[in-house]
Amino acid sequence: MNKIIVKRELAPKIKLLEVENPRIATKARPGQFVMLCLGGEGERFPLTIAGADSSKGTIRLIFNEVGKSSMKLGTLQEGEEIPSLAGPLGNPTELEKFGTVLCFGGGVMIGPLLYIAEAFRQAGNRVILVLGARNKELLFFREEAKSVGDELYICTDDGSEGYRGLDFLRELLDREKVDRAYVMSVATATLKAVSEITRPYGIKTIVSLTPIMLDGTGMCGACRVVVGGATRFACVDGPEFDGHEVDWELLESRKRMYAPEERIAFLSYKRLGEEFAPAGREERRC
Amino acid sequence: MAKLNLNRVSMPKQEPGIRRHNPYEVALGYTYEQAVEEASRCIQCKKPGCIEGCPVSVKIPEFVKAVAEGDLPRAAKIIWSTNSLPAICGRVCPQENQCEGRCALAKKGAPIAIGRLERFVADWARENPEESGVFKVELPKPTGKRVAVVGSGPAGLTAAADLAKAGHKVTIFEALHLAGGVAVYGIPEFRLPKRIVQAEVDYLVNTLGVELKLNHVIGRLITVDELLGNGYDAVFLGIGAGAPIFLNIPGENSKGVYSANEFLTRLNLMKAYLFPEYDTPIKIGQRVAVVGAGNVAMDAARWALRMGAEEVYIVYRRSEEEMPARLEERENAKEEGVIFKLLTNPTRIISDEHGWVKAMECIRMELGEPDESGRRRPIPVPGSEFVLEVDTVIPALGTRPNPLIPRNTPGLETTKRGTIVADENGRTTKQGVWAGGDIVTGAATVISAMGAGKRSAADMNAYLQG
Repeated sequence: MNKIIVKRELAPKIKLLEVENPRIATKARPGQFVMLCLGGEGERFPLTIAGADSSKGTIRLIFNEVGKSSMKLGTLQEGEEIPSLAGPLGNPTELEKFGTVLCFGGGVMIGPLLYIAEAFRQAGNRVILVLGARNKELLFFREEAKSVGDELYICTDDGSEGYRGLDFLRELLDREKVDRAYVMSVATATLKAVSEITRPYGIKTIVSLTPIMLDGTGMCGACRVVVGGATRFACVDGPEFDGHEVDWELLESRKRMYAPEERIAFLSYKRLGEEFAPAGREERRC
Repeated sequence: MAKLNLNRVSMPKQEPGIRRHNPYEVALGYTYEQAVEEASRCIQCKKPGCIEGCPVSVKIPEFVKAVAEGDLPRAAKIIWSTNSLPAICGRVCPQENQCEGRCALAKKGAPIAIGRLERFVADWARENPEESGVFKVELPKPTGKRVAVVGSGPAGLTAAADLAKAGHKVTIFEALHLAGGVAVYGIPEFRLPKRIVQAEVDYLVNTLGVELKLNHVIGRLITVDELLGNGYDAVFLGIGAGAPIFLNIPGENSKGVYSANEFLTRLNLMKAYLFPEYDTPIKIGQRVAVVGAGNVAMDAARWALRMGAEEVYIVYRRSEEEMPARLEERENAKEEGVIFKLLTNPTRIISDEHGWVKAMECIRMELGEPDESGRRRPIPVPGSEFVLEVDTVIPALGTRPNPLIPRNTPGLETTKRGTIVADENGRTTKQGVWAGGDIVTGAATVISAMGAGKRSAADMNAYLQG
């Protein structure tokens, strides 16, 4: 169970895994996530499902190696197994024929976005696909995106590929009638920026949120977010919400809650510079 | 008739000043001599009240007699014949309201310490598996029936054990990555060490042949209808009341506010007290307020002390008399230095400029006429607001059922509170589906859930044999 069938590096620190779990592969729907735990001392953490193939019995996970757990996941090789994988969790994306859907995927979330964009298209929508990243090195799936989007736009924060920044979206919305926007990014600032761009156009904008989770099944409330003034649990009420109603400041603040601890875990895991440490134990006399 | 011995043998415990600084078990257990001495006090009533007081009907006088005679294998066999989780029960049952409350010597103020004896025998058997003989069970001929048990908490484990002993093929589906339910995520290490829970789960798997499937979120991965349609002849839902209740006051999403479920899950299930050796962190400030006064509130308060908090408050809107927590837990908490702020109700959580809790505004309460619960109703005293400086707030106000399975199971009737409707044998409104424990009663005790699991298993067995 949970054997890694395919492992690929898509961009620096961004990795793709195809994981064998026929049950999850059959049940997974676009927009849902899985909870992982990498062995006895590991933490539980969520990853959005980036694809599912029920005939092969595999699901696709795409993640960015940003901390100890994602780095540990990145060390697993083809043929090895993920110790714990639970899902599919959360509510699937609302998939209807809306007309034209703008699908925005930032950074590592380009992965799951393509899965969802494909589903929007299969539901009969015209899909305008936008891939964004900090720079061109971090962009991936350009070819795959061409076959998913009716139109494809690329943007980078530094302008190294495609449009620079997000301002071009306004021009796009000025000339295109868009019926729904769908935004994925682990960066709160990006979700907020795109939601603010669509707001004056009155386009319903769905965002997929990635708060800290613990159990992922509605037990603890670690993932609580405020949407439209009400507290919601992202794991069971979401993870997708109306981007025009989300309390972004609270989301970002709560996501950074354990930043110092994440740093400690990272440093003690990486042991950076250990090769320079003197051998043996120092005897102290003062 | 011999003179009654009213000298109840006390349980050795870690001293409060020591135990408030470590996560290890507080109660240390009887020695063999202590157990025999305590067991010898039993007067072997003709009509024993203790058994009636036990939701899983442990044959108490028989096993106590065996202990008094020093025959521990016999004691173990008697206990395990009706109770598959004795090391857990001996530690966390509220015996004062059950077996011990019904003991003939309770009237004299010195009931037999049945819980301590049960724990002693269970621990002995675990440490002496060969000699005890309870880990080798002759299972009856397989019936060919398959049963799905959803949830591996006390209700599910009990139902699974009884159904396996009746010869059915049992599979337990657990949503988390470890089995045990509330015994593993909720009850602290210092009251119920996790290796004890693990051993009781191992008994089901290794001795009774129960299949355990972790990381299976029923309702999402597989629905109840799919279980029934894919070879399972009956389903037992022991899914607990897992969803937290918050205070519903301003500032509750500030950093430093943890539901009791989150707080305890981080510490117990994920071992955050061993961070960074374990990956899951927790942030506990110097001054901690736990809101509520049940056993879970006491557990959270006592964990906070062990994690280095200097002042830990139990904030409760009624008085000590109305507290739902067991007397023993209240006393343990007080001895360790937990401060009770009674007749006090939070009105607002105040955070600093970075969004971290810095204080909690409270209002004083007074008690009025009894309410529908029979307890005197707390009424706010106008103008009595005051600010309690704290940096961690833990609402421990109980839990409600997680709606995932009820919502995804057509034909399964629920109440307005979200609990599943079931009769005294656990039969739900859906054919082939039983339910028991907190998902039926709302948050209650380990042993009442076990009792429900046992009654359901008996009824399911009759249904499957019929």
